[in-house]
Amino acid sequence: MDLLFKDKKITGILTVLPKKVVKFEDEIENYSFSPAKSMKLKLAMGYKEHRIAEEGQTSLDFCEAGLTYLFENNLLNKGEIDALLFVSQSPDFFVPPTSNLIHGHLDMKHDMICMDINQGCAGFELGLIQAFLLLEQPQIKKVVLLNADILSPKVSARDRNSNPLIGDAASVTIVEKSSTPNTIHANIKMDGTGALAINIPAGGFRMPSSEETAEMLEDEAGNFRSKDNLVMQGDAVFNFVQREVPPMIEHLFEQASITKDDVDWYMFHQPNKFMLNKLADKLDVPREKMPSNIVENFGNASGVTVPTNISYNLGDELVNGSKKLCMAGFGVGLTWASIYMEVGNLSFNKIIEF
Amino acid sequence: MKQEIIQIIKDLRPEFDFSQEVNFIEEGMLDSFDLVSLVTDLESKFGVVIDGMDIVPENFSSLDAIEALVNKSKK
Repeated sequence: MDLLFKDKKITGILTVLPKKVVKFEDEIENYSFSPAKSMKLKLAMGYKEHRIAEEGQTSLDFCEAGLTYLFENNLLNKGEIDALLFVSQSPDFFVPPTSNLIHGHLDMKHDMICMDINQGCAGFELGLIQAFLLLEQPQIKKVVLLNADILSPKVSARDRNSNPLIGDAASVTIVEKSSTPNTIHANIKMDGTGALAINIPAGGFRMPSSEETAEMLEDEAGNFRSKDNLVMQGDAVFNFVQREVPPMIEHLFEQASITKDDVDWYMFHQPNKFMLNKLADKLDVPREKMPSNIVENFGNASGVTVPTNISYNLGDELVNGSKKLCMAGFGVGLTWASIYMEVGNLSFNKIIEF
Repeated sequence: MKQEIIQIIKDLRPEFDFSQEVNFIEEGMLDSFDLVSLVTDLESKFGVVIDGMDIVPENFSSLDAIEALVNKSKK
Protein backbone atom coordinates (compact mmCIF):
# COMPACT_ATOMS: atom_id res chain seq x y z
CA MET A 1 0.00 0.00 0.00
CA ASP A 2 1.45 3.34 -1.09
CA LEU A 3 1.03 6.21 1.36
CA LEU A 4 1.64 9.92 1.05
CA PHE A 5 1.85 12.47 3.85
CA LYS A 6 2.22 16.22 3.72
CA ASP A 7 3.78 18.66 6.15
CA LYS A 8 4.87 16.37 8.97
CA LYS A 9 8.29 16.13 10.60
CA ILE A 10 10.34 14.31 13.20
CA THR A 11 11.68 16.79 15.75
CA GLY A 12 13.62 14.57 18.13
CA ILE A 13 14.86 11.02 18.70
CA LEU A 14 16.09 9.60 22.01
CA THR A 15 17.27 6.00 22.28
CA VAL A 16 17.37 4.33 25.68
CA LEU A 17 19.70 1.34 26.05
CA PRO A 18 20.28 -1.00 28.99
CA LYS A 19 23.62 -0.53 30.76
CA LYS A 20 24.35 -4.26 30.80
CA VAL A 21 26.68 -5.42 28.01
CA VAL A 22 26.85 -9.14 27.18
CA LYS A 23 29.70 -10.31 24.95
CA PHE A 24 29.42 -13.11 22.40
CA GLU A 25 32.62 -14.73 23.68
CA ASP A 26 30.98 -15.19 27.07
CA GLU A 27 28.06 -17.10 25.55
CA ILE A 28 29.80 -19.31 22.99
CA GLU A 29 29.71 -22.37 25.21
CA ASN A 30 25.90 -22.27 25.07
CA TYR A 31 25.93 -22.97 21.36
CA SER A 32 27.05 -25.95 19.26
CA PHE A 33 29.57 -23.86 17.29
CA SER A 34 33.24 -24.80 16.95
CA PRO A 35 35.61 -21.98 18.00
CA ALA A 36 36.65 -21.42 14.36
CA LYS A 37 33.02 -21.27 13.20
CA SER A 38 32.17 -18.87 16.01
CA MET A 39 34.84 -16.42 14.90
CA LYS A 40 33.67 -16.53 11.27
CA LEU A 41 30.06 -15.99 12.30
CA LYS A 42 31.07 -13.17 14.63
CA LEU A 43 32.32 -11.21 11.63
CA ALA A 44 29.68 -12.21 9.09
CA MET A 45 26.58 -12.00 11.30
CA GLY A 46 27.63 -9.27 13.70
CA TYR A 47 27.99 -11.39 16.84
CA LYS A 48 29.97 -9.03 19.05
CA GLU A 49 28.03 -7.77 22.00
CA HIS A 50 24.47 -6.93 22.89
CA ARG A 51 22.60 -4.91 25.49
CA ILE A 52 20.36 -6.85 27.84
CA ALA A 53 17.94 -5.45 30.43
CA GLU A 54 18.33 -6.39 34.08
CA GLU A 55 15.86 -8.93 35.43
CA GLY A 56 12.56 -7.23 36.20
CA GLN A 57 13.04 -4.26 33.87
CA THR A 58 10.31 -3.93 31.26
CA SER A 59 9.66 -1.92 28.12
CA LEU A 60 7.54 0.45 30.20
CA ASP A 61 10.50 1.21 32.49
CA PHE A 62 12.75 2.17 29.56
CA CYS A 63 10.04 4.35 27.98
CA GLU A 64 9.41 6.15 31.25
CA ALA A 65 13.15 6.68 31.74
CA GLY A 66 13.35 8.25 28.29
CA LEU A 67 10.33 10.49 28.77
CA THR A 68 11.47 11.56 32.24
CA TYR A 69 14.89 12.47 30.82
CA LEU A 70 13.24 14.63 28.16
CA PHE A 71 10.91 16.34 30.66
CA GLU A 72 13.70 17.04 33.16
CA ASN A 73 16.00 18.46 30.48
CA ASN A 74 13.25 20.67 29.02
CA LEU A 75 13.44 18.86 25.69
CA LEU A 76 9.77 17.90 25.77
CA ASN A 77 6.81 19.68 27.35
CA LYS A 78 4.47 17.12 28.87
CA GLY A 79 1.42 19.33 28.39
CA GLU A 80 1.98 19.56 24.62
CA ILE A 81 1.70 15.80 23.99
CA ASP A 82 -1.57 15.06 22.17
CA ALA A 83 -0.97 11.37 21.47
CA LEU A 84 1.21 8.67 23.02
CA LEU A 85 1.87 5.62 20.85
CA PHE A 86 3.52 2.54 22.37
CA VAL A 87 4.73 0.07 19.74
CA SER A 88 6.00 -3.14 21.30
CA GLN A 89 5.69 -6.90 21.63
CA SER A 90 6.51 -6.83 25.33
CA PRO A 91 3.73 -5.05 27.25
CA ASP A 92 3.60 -5.15 31.04
CA PHE A 93 0.09 -6.67 30.96
CA PHE A 94 -2.54 -7.91 28.50
CA VAL A 95 -4.85 -5.43 30.23
CA PRO A 96 -4.50 -2.42 30.49
CA PRO A 97 -2.53 -0.88 27.60
CA THR A 98 1.04 0.04 28.54
CA SER A 99 0.59 3.53 27.07
CA ASN A 100 -2.20 4.15 29.59
CA LEU A 101 0.06 3.00 32.42
CA ILE A 102 2.80 5.39 31.28
CA HIS A 103 0.19 8.14 30.99
CA GLY A 104 -0.81 7.59 34.60
CA HIS A 105 2.68 7.21 36.04
CA LEU A 106 3.85 10.44 34.39
CA ASP A 107 0.68 12.36 35.25
CA MET A 108 -0.17 13.39 31.70
CA LYS A 109 -3.22 15.42 30.64
CA HIS A 110 -6.62 13.75 30.09
CA ASP A 111 -7.28 15.43 26.76
CA MET A 112 -5.13 13.12 24.63
CA ILE A 113 -4.93 9.70 22.95
CA CYS A 114 -3.00 6.67 24.26
CA MET A 115 -2.59 3.72 21.91
CA ASP A 116 -0.71 0.41 22.04
CA ILE A 117 0.32 -1.25 18.78
CA ASN A 118 1.65 -4.82 18.71
CA GLN A 119 4.36 -4.79 16.04
CA GLY A 120 7.96 -5.88 15.83
CA CYS A 121 10.65 -5.34 13.23
CA ALA A 122 8.65 -2.81 11.19
CA GLY A 123 7.40 -1.10 14.34
CA PHE A 124 9.19 2.19 13.78
CA GLU A 125 7.78 2.61 10.29
CA LEU A 126 4.28 1.51 11.33
CA GLY A 127 4.45 3.84 14.33
CA LEU A 128 5.52 6.78 12.17
CA ILE A 129 2.69 6.05 9.72
CA GLN A 130 0.21 6.03 12.62
CA ALA A 131 1.70 9.27 13.97
CA PHE A 132 1.37 10.95 10.56
CA LEU A 133 -2.26 9.79 10.32
CA LEU A 134 -3.08 11.19 13.78
CA LEU A 135 -1.46 14.51 12.86
CA GLU A 136 -4.03 14.92 10.08
CA GLN A 137 -6.43 15.89 12.91
CA PRO A 138 -6.45 19.66 13.58
CA GLN A 139 -6.36 19.14 17.36
CA ILE A 140 -3.32 16.86 17.30
CA LYS A 141 -0.11 18.82 17.02
CA LYS A 142 2.46 16.62 18.74
CA VAL A 143 2.70 12.82 18.84
CA VAL A 144 5.16 10.89 20.99
CA LEU A 145 6.08 7.56 19.43
CA LEU A 146 7.50 5.02 21.86
CA ASN A 147 9.18 1.94 20.37
CA ALA A 148 10.30 -0.57 22.95
CA ASP A 149 11.12 -4.23 23.23
CA ILE A 150 12.59 -6.12 26.16
CA LEU A 151 12.35 -9.57 24.68
CA SER A 152 15.55 -11.12 26.03
CA PRO A 153 13.64 -12.88 28.85
CA LYS A 154 11.72 -14.73 26.13
CA VAL A 155 14.82 -15.99 24.30
CA SER A 156 16.45 -19.26 25.31
CA ALA A 157 20.13 -18.86 26.19
CA ARG A 158 20.74 -22.07 24.23
CA ASP A 159 19.06 -20.89 21.01
CA ARG A 160 21.89 -20.06 18.63
CA ASN A 161 19.42 -18.66 16.06
CA SER A 162 18.21 -15.84 18.29
CA ASN A 163 20.23 -15.45 21.47
CA PRO A 164 23.53 -14.10 20.05
CA LEU A 165 21.65 -11.27 18.37
CA ILE A 166 18.81 -10.34 20.71
CA GLY A 167 18.95 -6.85 22.14
CA ASP A 168 16.75 -4.82 24.49
CA ALA A 169 16.07 -1.13 23.88
CA ALA A 170 13.52 1.66 23.69
CA SER A 171 13.23 4.92 21.80
CA VAL A 172 11.20 8.10 22.05
CA THR A 173 10.48 9.90 18.78
CA ILE A 174 8.68 13.22 18.60
CA VAL A 175 6.52 13.73 15.51
CA GLU A 176 4.86 17.04 14.72
CA LYS A 177 3.16 19.11 12.05
CA SER A 178 5.60 21.03 9.88
CA SER A 179 5.07 24.68 9.00
CA THR A 180 7.47 24.18 6.08
CA PRO A 181 5.76 22.28 3.25
CA ASN A 182 7.18 18.79 2.69
CA THR A 183 6.20 15.42 1.31
CA ILE A 184 6.76 12.01 2.88
CA HIS A 185 6.45 8.83 0.83
CA ALA A 186 5.80 5.48 2.49
CA ASN A 187 4.65 1.99 1.68
CA ILE A 188 3.72 -0.99 3.77
CA LYS A 189 2.82 -4.61 3.05
CA MET A 190 1.60 -7.60 5.06
CA ASP A 191 1.61 -11.38 4.62
CA GLY A 192 -0.18 -13.01 7.51
CA THR A 193 0.28 -16.47 6.00
CA GLY A 194 3.85 -16.24 7.29
CA ALA A 195 2.88 -14.84 10.69
CA LEU A 196 4.30 -17.77 12.67
CA ALA A 197 7.78 -17.52 11.10
CA ILE A 198 8.66 -15.44 14.16
CA ASN A 199 6.53 -16.22 17.20
CA ILE A 200 6.26 -17.07 20.87
CA PRO A 201 3.99 -20.15 20.91
CA ALA A 202 2.83 -20.03 24.54
CA GLY A 203 1.78 -17.35 26.98
CA GLY A 204 -1.26 -15.94 25.21
CA PHE A 205 -4.88 -17.04 25.39
CA ARG A 206 -4.42 -19.73 22.69
CA MET A 207 -1.77 -21.63 24.66
CA PRO A 208 -1.43 -20.34 28.22
CA SER A 209 1.96 -20.88 29.86
CA SER A 210 2.17 -24.01 32.00
CA GLU A 211 4.72 -26.51 33.30
CA GLU A 212 4.33 -28.30 29.98
CA THR A 213 5.09 -25.23 27.86
CA ALA A 214 8.15 -24.49 30.00
CA GLU A 215 9.79 -27.82 29.13
CA MET A 216 13.04 -27.32 27.17
CA LEU A 217 13.14 -29.30 23.93
CA GLU A 218 15.94 -29.78 21.40
CA ASP A 219 15.27 -29.01 17.74
CA GLU A 220 16.95 -30.56 14.67
CA ALA A 221 19.71 -27.93 14.71
CA GLY A 222 20.62 -28.54 18.35
CA ASN A 223 18.87 -25.49 19.80
CA PHE A 224 17.13 -25.84 23.14
CA ARG A 225 14.01 -23.81 23.72
CA SER A 226 10.57 -24.14 25.31
CA LYS A 227 7.19 -23.10 23.96
CA ASP A 228 7.46 -20.02 26.19
CA ASN A 229 10.48 -18.90 24.16
CA LEU A 230 10.74 -16.87 20.97
CA VAL A 231 11.22 -19.05 17.91
CA MET A 232 12.44 -17.71 14.59
CA GLN A 233 12.59 -19.66 11.34
CA GLY A 234 15.81 -17.98 10.26
CA ASP A 235 15.98 -19.42 6.73
CA ALA A 236 12.38 -18.51 5.92
CA VAL A 237 12.80 -14.98 7.27
CA PHE A 238 16.06 -14.47 5.36
CA ASN A 239 14.44 -15.59 2.10
CA PHE A 240 11.38 -13.41 2.73
CA VAL A 241 13.56 -10.34 3.29
CA GLN A 242 15.73 -10.94 0.21
CA ARG A 243 12.63 -11.54 -1.93
CA GLU A 244 10.38 -8.69 -0.74
CA VAL A 245 12.53 -5.81 0.51
CA PRO A 246 14.51 -4.87 -2.65
CA PRO A 247 11.38 -4.51 -4.83
CA MET A 248 9.69 -2.52 -2.05
CA ILE A 249 12.59 -0.05 -1.98
CA GLU A 250 12.69 0.16 -5.79
CA HIS A 251 8.97 0.93 -5.70
CA LEU A 252 9.52 3.62 -3.06
CA PHE A 253 12.00 5.28 -5.41
CA GLU A 254 9.33 5.28 -8.14
CA GLN A 255 6.71 6.70 -5.74
CA ALA A 256 9.02 9.54 -4.76
CA SER A 257 10.42 10.01 -8.29
CA ILE A 258 13.98 9.64 -7.03
CA THR A 259 16.98 7.41 -7.68
CA LYS A 260 18.97 5.46 -5.13
CA ASP A 261 21.66 8.16 -5.23
CA ASP A 262 19.21 10.81 -3.96
CA VAL A 263 19.15 9.03 -0.60
CA ASP A 264 21.81 10.18 1.87
CA TRP A 265 21.42 7.29 4.30
CA TYR A 266 19.68 3.93 4.26
CA MET A 267 18.52 3.38 7.82
CA PHE A 268 17.30 -0.21 7.80
CA HIS A 269 16.20 -2.61 10.51
CA GLN A 270 19.14 -4.79 11.55
CA PRO A 271 18.35 -8.48 12.12
CA ASN A 272 21.96 -9.38 11.41
CA LYS A 273 24.93 -7.92 9.52
CA PHE A 274 24.92 -10.55 6.77
CA MET A 275 21.30 -9.85 5.82
CA LEU A 276 21.95 -6.09 5.67
CA ASN A 277 25.02 -6.49 3.48
CA LYS A 278 23.08 -8.71 1.07
CA LEU A 279 20.33 -6.09 0.84
CA ALA A 280 22.85 -3.33 0.13
CA ASP A 281 24.46 -5.47 -2.59
CA LYS A 282 21.11 -6.27 -4.18
CA LEU A 283 20.07 -2.61 -4.21
CA ASP A 284 23.52 -1.65 -5.50
CA VAL A 285 23.93 0.74 -2.59
CA PRO A 286 27.40 1.18 -1.01
CA ARG A 287 27.45 -0.80 2.23
CA GLU A 288 28.71 2.28 4.08
CA LYS A 289 25.47 4.13 3.20
CA MET A 290 23.48 1.35 4.89
CA PRO A 291 25.02 1.06 8.38
CA SER A 292 24.98 -2.45 9.85
CA ASN A 293 26.76 -1.71 13.12
CA ILE A 294 23.78 -1.60 15.49
CA VAL A 295 23.28 -5.35 15.72
CA GLU A 296 26.97 -6.00 16.50
CA ASN A 297 27.20 -3.25 19.14
CA PHE A 298 23.76 -3.37 20.76
CA GLY A 299 21.81 -6.35 19.35
CA ASN A 300 18.55 -6.57 17.46
CA ALA A 301 15.80 -4.87 19.48
CA SER A 302 13.05 -5.32 16.86
CA GLY A 303 11.49 -2.00 15.86
CA VAL A 304 14.00 -0.03 17.93
CA THR A 305 16.96 -0.80 15.64
CA VAL A 306 16.07 1.98 13.18
CA PRO A 307 15.88 4.84 15.73
CA THR A 308 19.00 3.42 17.43
CA ASN A 309 20.69 3.43 14.04
CA ILE A 310 19.73 7.07 13.53
CA SER A 311 20.83 8.15 17.01
CA TYR A 312 24.12 6.21 16.96
CA ASN A 313 25.27 6.86 13.40
CA LEU A 314 23.79 10.25 12.60
CA GLY A 315 23.65 11.91 16.05
CA ASP A 316 24.59 15.58 15.73
CA GLU A 317 24.52 15.38 11.92
CA LEU A 318 20.72 15.54 12.19
CA VAL A 319 20.79 18.20 14.92
CA ASN A 320 22.98 20.58 12.94
CA GLY A 321 21.60 19.81 9.48
CA SER A 322 19.26 17.52 7.61
CA LYS A 323 19.53 14.43 5.43
CA LYS A 324 17.27 12.44 3.14
CA LEU A 325 16.63 9.08 4.76
CA CYS A 326 15.24 5.86 3.40
CA MET A 327 14.03 3.86 6.41
CA ALA A 328 12.84 0.26 6.24
CA GLY A 329 11.63 -2.40 8.63
CA PHE A 330 10.81 -6.05 7.88
CA GLY A 331 10.01 -9.16 9.84
CA VAL A 332 7.35 -10.03 12.43
CA GLY A 333 3.92 -10.30 10.90
CA LEU A 334 5.14 -10.77 8.26
CA THR A 335 5.32 -7.03 7.73
CA TRP A 336 7.58 -4.92 5.53
CA ALA A 337 7.48 -1.14 5.28
CA SER A 338 9.61 1.74 4.07
CA ILE A 339 9.59 5.54 4.35
CA TYR A 340 11.48 8.20 2.40
CA MET A 341 11.66 11.58 4.10
CA GLU A 342 14.01 14.37 5.00
CA VAL A 343 14.98 14.36 8.67
CA GLY A 344 16.95 17.11 10.34
CA ASN A 345 17.33 20.13 12.56
CA LEU A 346 16.30 17.90 15.43
CA SER A 347 16.06 19.23 18.97
CA PHE A 348 17.87 16.08 20.13
CA ASN A 349 19.19 12.86 18.63
CA LYS A 350 21.11 10.85 21.16
CA ILE A 351 21.47 7.70 23.22
CA ILE A 352 21.16 7.44 26.99
CA GLU A 353 21.58 4.41 29.23
CA PHE A 354 19.11 3.19 31.84
CA MET B 1 37.64 -24.20 -9.13
CA LYS B 2 36.20 -27.39 -7.65
CA GLN B 3 39.35 -28.13 -5.66
CA GLU B 4 39.32 -24.62 -4.23
CA ILE B 5 35.66 -25.03 -3.24
CA ILE B 6 36.42 -28.37 -1.60
CA GLN B 7 39.19 -26.74 0.40
CA ILE B 8 36.88 -23.96 1.58
CA ILE B 9 34.14 -26.32 2.76
CA LYS B 10 36.65 -28.76 4.28
CA ASP B 11 38.01 -25.87 6.35
CA LEU B 12 34.45 -25.13 7.40
CA ARG B 13 33.43 -28.67 8.30
CA PRO B 14 36.60 -30.83 8.52
CA GLU B 15 34.67 -33.76 9.95
CA PHE B 16 32.96 -34.55 6.60
CA ASP B 17 34.17 -35.94 3.26
CA PHE B 18 32.85 -33.54 0.62
CA SER B 19 34.15 -35.63 -2.28
CA GLN B 20 31.19 -37.97 -1.73
CA GLU B 21 28.29 -37.78 -4.18
CA VAL B 22 25.67 -36.95 -1.56
CA ASN B 23 23.36 -34.04 -0.87
CA PHE B 24 25.36 -31.89 1.57
CA ILE B 25 22.24 -30.24 2.99
CA GLU B 26 20.07 -33.33 3.37
CA GLU B 27 22.96 -35.21 4.97
CA GLY B 28 23.44 -32.42 7.50
CA MET B 29 26.99 -31.68 6.33
CA LEU B 30 26.20 -27.97 5.88
CA ASP B 31 23.68 -26.04 7.95
CA SER B 32 22.32 -22.52 7.48
CA PHE B 33 25.13 -20.98 9.55
CA ASP B 34 27.68 -22.80 7.38
CA LEU B 35 26.04 -21.21 4.34
CA VAL B 36 26.66 -17.73 5.79
CA SER B 37 30.36 -18.50 6.24
CA LEU B 38 30.56 -20.26 2.89
CA VAL B 39 29.02 -17.33 1.01
CA THR B 40 31.47 -14.95 2.67
CA ASP B 41 34.42 -17.20 1.81
CA LEU B 42 33.31 -17.82 -1.79
CA GLU B 43 32.82 -14.09 -2.38
CA SER B 44 36.26 -13.36 -1.00
CA LYS B 45 38.02 -16.22 -2.85
CA PHE B 46 36.44 -15.73 -6.27
CA GLY B 47 35.70 -11.99 -6.18
CA VAL B 48 31.98 -12.44 -6.77
CA VAL B 49 28.83 -11.10 -5.12
CA ILE B 50 26.26 -13.81 -4.45
CA ASP B 51 22.68 -12.57 -4.72
CA GLY B 52 20.69 -12.98 -1.51
CA MET B 53 17.92 -14.69 -3.48
CA ASP B 54 20.41 -17.39 -4.47
CA ILE B 55 21.25 -18.30 -0.89
CA VAL B 56 18.93 -21.29 -0.81
CA PRO B 57 19.79 -24.89 0.17
CA GLU B 58 19.65 -26.31 -3.38
CA ASN B 59 22.53 -24.06 -4.47
CA PHE B 60 24.77 -25.60 -1.81
CA SER B 61 23.69 -29.24 -2.08
CA SER B 62 26.70 -30.46 -4.10
CA LEU B 63 30.05 -29.33 -5.49
CA ASP B 64 28.49 -28.93 -8.94
CA ALA B 65 25.72 -26.73 -7.49
CA ILE B 66 28.20 -24.53 -5.60
CA GLU B 67 30.42 -24.21 -8.69
CA ALA B 68 27.39 -23.26 -10.80
CA LEU B 69 26.42 -20.64 -8.20
CA VAL B 70 29.91 -19.08 -8.26
CA ASN B 71 29.89 -18.99 -12.06
CA LYS B 72 26.40 -17.46 -12.12
CA SER B 73 27.51 -14.82 -9.61
CA LYS B 74 30.35 -13.72 -11.89
CA LYS B 75 27.91 -12.45 -14.47
